[in-house]
Amino acid sequence: MSTVVLLTMTGLGLGALYFLIASGLSLIFGLMDVLNFAHGALLSIGAYGTWWAASGNLPGAGPGGAGFLLAVLFGTAVGTAAAVLLELTVVRPLYTRPREQVLATVGVGLAVPALLSGIWGSDARTFPGPKALSGTFGLLGAQVPVNRLVLVAAAVVVLVALRLFLGRTRHGLVVRAGVEDRAMVTALGIDVRKAFTLVFAIGGCAAALGGALGGLYFGSVDPRQGTSLLIFAFVVVVTGGMGSVTGAAVASAVIGLVQQFANYYTAAGLGDLAVVVLLAALLLLRPRGLTGRLA
Amino acid sequence: MSTVTETHDRTGEKHTVAPGPGNTARLLRRWWPAAALLILAVAPYSALPLPGLLDGPLGSPGSLQLLATCLLFGALATGYDLLLGRTGLLSFGHALYFAAGSYATNMFLLEAGLPFAVSALLGLCFGTALALVLGSVSLRVTGIGFSMVTLAFAQAGSILVSRNPGGLTGGEEGRAAPADLLPSGLVGIEHTANLYWVALAYLVLTLAVVHWAVRSPTGRVWEGIKENERRVEVLGLKPYGFKLTAFVLAGALAALGGLVHLLLTGGSTPQTTTSDFTLSLLVMVVLGGSGTRWGPMVGGILYTWADHRLGDLAGSGAVADLPAVLRVPLSQPLFLLGVLFVAVVHLLPGGLARLPSRLAAVRRRPATTETLPARKARKENGRP
Repeated sequence: MSTVVLLTMTGLGLGALYFLIASGLSLIFGLMDVLNFAHGALLSIGAYGTWWAASGNLPGAGPGGAGFLLAVLFGTAVGTAAAVLLELTVVRPLYTRPREQVLATVGVGLAVPALLSGIWGSDARTFPGPKALSGTFGLLGAQVPVNRLVLVAAAVVVLVALRLFLGRTRHGLVVRAGVEDRAMVTALGIDVRKAFTLVFAIGGCAAALGGALGGLYFGSVDPRQGTSLLIFAFVVVVTGGMGSVTGAAVASAVIGLVQQFANYYTAAGLGDLAVVVLLAALLLLRPRGLTGRLA
Repeated sequence: MSTVTETHDRTGEKHTVAPGPGNTARLLRRWWPAAALLILAVAPYSALPLPGLLDGPLGSPGSLQLLATCLLFGALATGYDLLLGRTGLLSFGHALYFAAGSYATNMFLLEAGLPFAVSALLGLCFGTALALVLGSVSLRVTGIGFSMVTLAFAQAGSILVSRNPGGLTGGEEGRAAPADLLPSGLVGIEHTANLYWVALAYLVLTLAVVHWAVRSPTGRVWEGIKENERRVEVLGLKPYGFKLTAFVLAGALAALGGLVHLLLTGGSTPQTTTSDFTLSLLVMVVLGGSGTRWGPMVGGILYTWADHRLGDLAGSGAVADLPAVLRVPLSQPLFLLGVLFVAVVHLLPGGLARLPSRLAAVRRRPATTETLPARKARKENGRP
């Protein structure tokens, strides 16, 4: 029983991490038809930003208490800024060439991890975290690490915030309409490009937050972390339906749980394999699942 | 580019009859591939030092190894362009077929102890069959869905190889090929020249196959699919079979490349299975010029050379003395290549292959003596 509880909580924590990457990825693809290969790099930027601040380089920030909160805020802000910069300088000039947009993000996705490993080395760095978050707590007889709970809480907050933003604000309305039919929104005289930047900022913010909290989950940061998570985020996006935030939330929980349980109860690595094969199977069985529906 | 070369060829033919001062230039334009091939073929006999470009003299084993790797990747990029630039298929799983050729041949050598020729043939067949099976499944979806299915299959292969099932693949370490089963002329540092010629032959073969395939009636249909798939369907042709042909042909060429890589490096490495490997092929093709005859080859050679040499240069004194702001980015070849790639995508659509015609256009423009007021007046009148 305790194993099942632990696996469930770990799976949900991993799923929360996937959701933080996939929500932005899904919105960006739904609205702009751009599969953002640089999204993993945004996560890495958030992770390194937080690590840098929490290691005592930012005044006021540190590994414990309010200092860590400030570090996470700093990392998220840097990631958001990087995402906006990416949209304005790399993606926007290629507005009329969708395939080149994807190619350009591939280039950024290669360059950023290389730059990070150039500055801080290619080896994993220990991630400093508050004492309160590195311990465990008892749940139904299992000792569950607290950081799983932090990730799940962050993912729920992001999900609720995104739902409120998309459902209750005018900008959210534009984004939702843009996912449904971009040409029509443009024809109505609304500048969709503002929504593009906005969606990139939101996606970058969520991914960078995922990077900051992913540091807690993995206990370390390394330059290739974001890229290796990206493929599972793709699986989530496809499973949940492109452009759907709620779909991404459900899919990420399912994927995280399947991966954890399959890895534990069958041979190690089979869970990863199962998830990847699931992606292929889903795409082949319902190719229409790719069309954006914002729930 | 192919059309551009064609017109060059035609003008060349037309003018070879008439003697004139431009004759040599035209001959050069027509025969430079043959000249380049001749130079590349005799390169191992030369001791020409190329400081900066290569570490040692041209004929030294180290330089030949690097050159052979460059040629191999030039050929691989050319084969990959059969999908990307000729048929318009964005596959993220090309590494799988390359790795399949390398690993399968190695397995047949190591586990079954078959002679090299048989293993190579079986490995090639395995890679081609894998491309046929997975291609026929992947091509059921189109657009970005196809890209992601190929990515998923390649990732599954990558996970499988790194998990080392039954000790077959050697996991993260990869597996060395058994030297006693390989042809003796292709093993050891003293035979690097032979390996170089093998890589060169692979490049020539790939270029010839791609050139022939693109000009065949099937190649015309590929071009049509790339431009507008719906229209090809309306013409009464089924794109699926044509796309599968391109996929299997590219897969077979990649598997053959994996075989050459196995000989060249003396083993199979899991790095060749990763999605990063496919992405680097993508970068090579776009860098050089997708859909052109020489572009992908140039991109592949340039990328591989830069990837190897920039790392060495970073360790040299010239870069080590620079301030950190310059030194850190310069010491990361992948960063430089990524930035260069983004720059090419933005500023040079069509890749490096388009550079000569672009430069010619720029050179021609100042030649038209047009004064600034005249241009202004023309603009105001709204005429082009």
